[in-house]
Amino acid sequence: MKKLGILLIMLVISQHMQAQRYMTQNGVISFFSSTPVEDIEAVNNQVSAVLNAENGEIAAVLLMKAFSFEKALMQEHFNEKFVESEKYPKSTFKGRLENFSEIQLKKGDEEEVVIKGSLTIHGVTKDIEVKGELFNDNGIIDLQFAFQVQVADYNIEIPGPVKEKIAKTIDIDAHFKMNKM
Amino acid sequence: MNMNKLTKFKLICWLFITVGGYAQDDLLDMLEENQKPTTNFTFATFKNTRLVSGHSIETNAKGVLQFMIQHRFGTVNSGWRDLWGLDNSTIRIGLEYGITDNLNVGLARSSFLKTYDAMVKWRFLRQKSGAENFPFTATVVSSIYLNTTEWSDPERENFFSSRLSYHSALLLARKFNDKFSLQLMPTIVHNNLVEDTIDQNTVFSMGVGTSVKLTGSVRLNFEYYYLLPDQIFSRDTTNALSIGFDIETGGHVFQLHLSNSRGMNALRLINNTNGTWENGDIFFGFNISRVFNIVKRKQVKN
Repeated sequence: MKKLGILLIMLVISQHMQAQRYMTQNGVISFFSSTPVEDIEAVNNQVSAVLNAENGEIAAVLLMKAFSFEKALMQEHFNEKFVESEKYPKSTFKGRLENFSEIQLKKGDEEEVVIKGSLTIHGVTKDIEVKGELFNDNGIIDLQFAFQVQVADYNIEIPGPVKEKIAKTIDIDAHFKMNKM
Repeated sequence: MNMNKLTKFKLICWLFITVGGYAQDDLLDMLEENQKPTTNFTFATFKNTRLVSGHSIETNAKGVLQFMIQHRFGTVNSGWRDLWGLDNSTIRIGLEYGITDNLNVGLARSSFLKTYDAMVKWRFLRQKSGAENFPFTATVVSSIYLNTTEWSDPERENFFSSRLSYHSALLLARKFNDKFSLQLMPTIVHNNLVEDTIDQNTVFSMGVGTSVKLTGSVRLNFEYYYLLPDQIFSRDTTNALSIGFDIETGGHVFQLHLSNSRGMNALRLINNTNGTWENGDIFFGFNISRVFNIVKRKQVKN
């Protein structure tokens, strides 16, 4: 009985060990909107992201309110009127690195990766596919990718007076440095 | 033996639950669990630093300069010859600056009594939820006023201090939800010189204001200042009741309103209102506010 118990415990522990994950709580996501009238940039450096090194599953969460803008009033308008941060405080991404088995997460190897998944902003979920680069920097998984989103795809309404100042397509950059959990 | 079997069974169940649980474990759920609790500061309780004519709890952020032009026209019932009041305008021009997000200073001049005013405004408590909770935002605002009109009686001995007046208000506001905010503003006005000795130098009033969000860029505001009785005897006074719209266009806020008061500062708003809505002593007015970012905020990147 005792032996069985120890065996079971070891089995459970080994299960835990196998689930190798890399994580960060201060990933950086920034976005850019460029129009002839005005360029706008916002940065969020409190993004949580996790990568399952077994199957290439990846997930990220951020608080919309944590985006910081150069102009305080823009930040207020962004949260109050555009993305409605009180109603939809978070944006999430859930996906998977394509052809993950080929990527060995080897130290120093920089890999082109394709991530497919679903992105939720403003309560709207859309499937996206992004290209990025991944490399193992002395045990830290460094993942960078860039993509674009259409403001209209996420039911974000831009009121008339500022329509000229905000681009319809927003460029998004992400950079995660994930440590072994 | 029976006991043993049962224990074994329990252990195996537990194993399946645990392992099964981990296998199903969603990465997103895991991230949510790991997230540090954050404090949400309530923002945009009101659109502007003014509700209608009086202050709101809002302050300009650090490094932001607000330029404000305010106009109040004559009474709507003054007839066609004065184009229903438009001929008869008073103006206040002012600047306010955010030294920090919570501390603002300002300077302004009103055409009424050729008055200059200097203001300091401090938001010392903020409504917040999440990791930390607090139910309302509190701001204090104090102004000193300098009346630069000629002495009404140059023959008598006039003191410089007689030109000065003061006002202080405690502003308490709560944003109940995305649509509705309420503000209370107990206010004291002190005039060093009053019209008649029977008048109080220090006058107490209680203000109440609300703001209703109609669309993302338009709000409807009410503002009412109740002057406590038995303070001013030399003239008739009424309580200022104003209704206004905020229309926001990026860095500008246009506030259009109707009021029985022409006051654009507390001195006139509280102590010198004598119009009544019933008699049509209604003044049209507007505030135009524009903000300039003098100091750019730092954006930290990794």
